Amino acid sequence: MTDSIYLDNSATTPVAPEVVEAMSPYFSTSYGNASSLHALGRAAHRATEESRGTIAEILGARPEEIVFTAGATEANNLALIGSALASADRKHLITTAIEHHAVLHTVEWLRTQGFDATVLDVDPSGRVDPEQVREAIRPDTLLVSVMTGNNEIGTLQPIAEIGRICRERGVLVHTDAVQAFGKVPLPVDAVDLLSISAHKFHGPKGVGFLFVRKGVKLTPILHGGGHERGRRSGTENVPGIVGLAAAAKLAIREQDATSSRLRAWRARMIDEVTKLPGSRLNGHRTESLPHIAGFSFEAIEGESLVMRLDERGIAVSTGSACSSPNLEPSHVLVAIGVPLSMAHGSLRVSMGRQTTEEEIDAFLNVLPEVVAGLRAISPFKVGE
Amino acid sequence: MYTEKVIEHFRNPHNMGQLEDYSAIGKVGNIVCGDVMWLYIKVEPDDGGRDVITDISWETFGCTAAIATSSMVSDLAKGKTIEEAIALTNQDVAKELGGLPPIKMHCSALAADALNEAIYAYLSQEEKEIPDALQKRHERIAKEVAELEKRYASFVDKDKRIEAPCS
Repeated sequence: MTDSIYLDNSATTPVAPEVVEAMSPYFSTSYGNASSLHALGRAAHRATEESRGTIAEILGARPEEIVFTAGATEANNLALIGSALASADRKHLITTAIEHHAVLHTVEWLRTQGFDATVLDVDPSGRVDPEQVREAIRPDTLLVSVMTGNNEIGTLQPIAEIGRICRERGVLVHTDAVQAFGKVPLPVDAVDLLSISAHKFHGPKGVGFLFVRKGVKLTPILHGGGHERGRRSGTENVPGIVGLAAAAKLAIREQDATSSRLRAWRARMIDEVTKLPGSRLNGHRTESLPHIAGFSFEAIEGESLVMRLDERGIAVSTGSACSSPNLEPSHVLVAIGVPLSMAHGSLRVSMGRQTTEEEIDAFLNVLPEVVAGLRAISPFKVGE
Repeated sequence: MYTEKVIEHFRNPHNMGQLEDYSAIGKVGNIVCGDVMWLYIKVEPDDGGRDVITDISWETFGCTAAIATSSMVSDLAKGKTIEEAIALTNQDVAKELGGLPPIKMHCSALAADALNEAIYAYLSQEEKEIPDALQKRHERIAKEVAELEKRYASFVDKDKRIEAPCS
């Protein structure tokens, strides 16, 4: 296992050793409840607030604008449900067809609760047209939710422009920036709400935060002891929060170096992989997160491709229907118009800070053999 | 999620490829649904004059389970008389693989269907009598293909929610 080449960093990342070290005292030495009055409690409280300060500084935000959550799914739910419930008269939301399910399924649920939603299409590279957002805005539009960069194909969205349009109309903007943190500058100035998860940038799982611009009203979705200024009850996950801040600091410090390295390797992968017969790039060649590259191959099925690569010690993922619990191909690939026959043969390669050029070489070396091997047993033949 | 047996057949599938000299083909599945199986059989009479599947091979587009079930059904049917092969079910295929995840059971059904269709094609072209059970299964498979194509039409209609087109 330790020798495997891990190219599934959009799923999760290894926790950085420095992060583990930073978290370690808060499990069994400095284990207090941040709400307790005694010294142990005060230490936990201090660690939580220092972490909040670190995050705020990175974002150029105020500490009270950071609400810690149990990850980005919760942050997305809080952003959408919280602002919907807090709205007196506006009942309409706008989002896109390629959002993460944590947004799309939340919007679906809001529809069952008396809210209305418009789901915008994207172009074949996965980009949303800001003009479409402008046209979709109604007098009762409450919020627009558009992800910063897509988790399956990497495509970046014009959040700054969408933010400008929404601000003119007094509409809130939320962005799921989970894949963008530590990879590209965050569009904090353009939005009112922004979701982040620590485990995507070498932090621990189960912790994240929602940036909530001062003045934005949210009805809490978790009720209890009134933590996080009444916006998210539940004892603070102090080790997780400390780990989140430590990982964030590292990711931002190395953002430029990491991104330029990964961007070059992504370009190289695109050049080499799309040379294979019957292959295509899913997503945008340049307007993309630096670490994610999506591909499709004719005549072979993605789950088999992932399993064959796994045998060769390479961990990647697929948007193939056969790998999903409901046997549907990825909604993202369907939305960008990948033909269904090719949507089944999709592959997502996602790099991390620990990825090396030797690993990319090994992947590019093995891939043609594996693709050819599966095609040899497929009834469909690919023209050269 | 997969048994060792499934992984073993996926890694080293048996009888894969296309038979040079085959008697009939069974083609099942749909590329839209992500699995397609073509099964080739060579049928020859034995000393007693019974039709025997003397050789078999397959070509499959599909997931790990689809490839493993293709391999397994070919192992199970090879050397069997037509009569014995007709009696093979998808449960037999799944059982021999040590079970399949519930969502992948349709892959074993696909494998059994491919065998059914190959035998059906053989008996039809030889103008031999087609047993009732085989005829019924053939009609069920044909109906499913028609159904699937109907569902596929709504699947590509983006305004409609995708309702598991292929399970």
